[in-house]
Amino acid sequence: MANFGRKKKGGMPAISTASLPDVVFMLLFFFMVSTTMRKGEVLVKTILPEATEYAKLERKSLVSYIYIGSPIKAYQAKFGTEPRIQLNDTYKSLNDIRDFIASEREARDEADRQYMTTSLKVDKDTRMGIVTDVKQELRKVSALKINYSTRKAL
Amino acid sequence: MADIAFLLLIFFLVTTTMDVDTGLLRRLPPIPDKSQKVEDTKVNKRNVLAVLVNAQDRLLVNGEPTDISQLRAKAKEFVANATDSPNLPERELKNIEGVGNVMVSKGVVSLQNDRGTSYQMYIKVQNELIAAYNEVQDEYAMQHFGKKFVALYDDEQEMVKKVYPQRISEAEPKNIGGN
Repeated sequence: MANFGRKKKGGMPAISTASLPDVVFMLLFFFMVSTTMRKGEVLVKTILPEATEYAKLERKSLVSYIYIGSPIKAYQAKFGTEPRIQLNDTYKSLNDIRDFIASEREARDEADRQYMTTSLKVDKDTRMGIVTDVKQELRKVSALKINYSTRKAL
Repeated sequence: MADIAFLLLIFFLVTTTMDVDTGLLRRLPPIPDKSQKVEDTKVNKRNVLAVLVNAQDRLLVNGEPTDISQLRAKAKEFVANATDSPNLPERELKNIEGVGNVMVSKGVVSLQNDRGTSYQMYIKVQNELIAAYNEVQDEYAMQHFGKKFVALYDDEQEMVKKVYPQRISEAEPKNIGGN
């Protein structure tokens, strides 16, 4: 009882944890701001090929993505293993690319439309045939800026 | 308080993907106008480096079977044409602002692939060709500005790009090897 309120003398005082919540909140806000939630799910398997001469894709808001690859396991029973094109959240055919690009253009500012890029996320085991078809389709709608998405080679 | 914040923090830590999208930026050629008469653009044979990739992912560079590991050196030799050899592309005198009169190569790399070529191979070939151009541009930048290409100012980069313009053309698709 007597030594209850007695202060210890000497030694290191405990580090104050009063500012801990501030630090944690700061980190929390940082991650909240920098997080980009994945939009929709990817329905095709896309293991990207490696490259060394890559460039960074700037202005992500002006990029539209086209995924090409064989359907993921869960959908293989229904759609087979032949490479498919995915636009937005569903499997689409070649003819839908025109509408897809048109709607992507519609969604952007008029001044920014010339800077729009189409990023092709293509699985490395895909044959070029389907890729060539997609490229031809993109040429037809004059979406000429494209980006072959790659991984950084280690 | 701190517990909740920690919980949220860990949630965002786990869900965050901060990968930057990287890739090879290319520009597709516009569809030629049908009303326009197709000009017979005969390019001198020495000005073209024809790179063909077949359905078995084998390379043919100017008629010679080539391994992918040799492609960069071949392309570099073609782009730089340091010796002005008669087998390599012609060069013409051009006046480029900021650099003065330089010999600019007329060479074009023509890439043609088959529908059966694998995407992996296609990217490898593209990568090697871009690498060849980048290396030549880097060497030029080193010689004239004492810096690597990426370290140059924008206007200097433009100059280097004009001295060694990146000309990789893709032929209209053909179906040679089946599937």
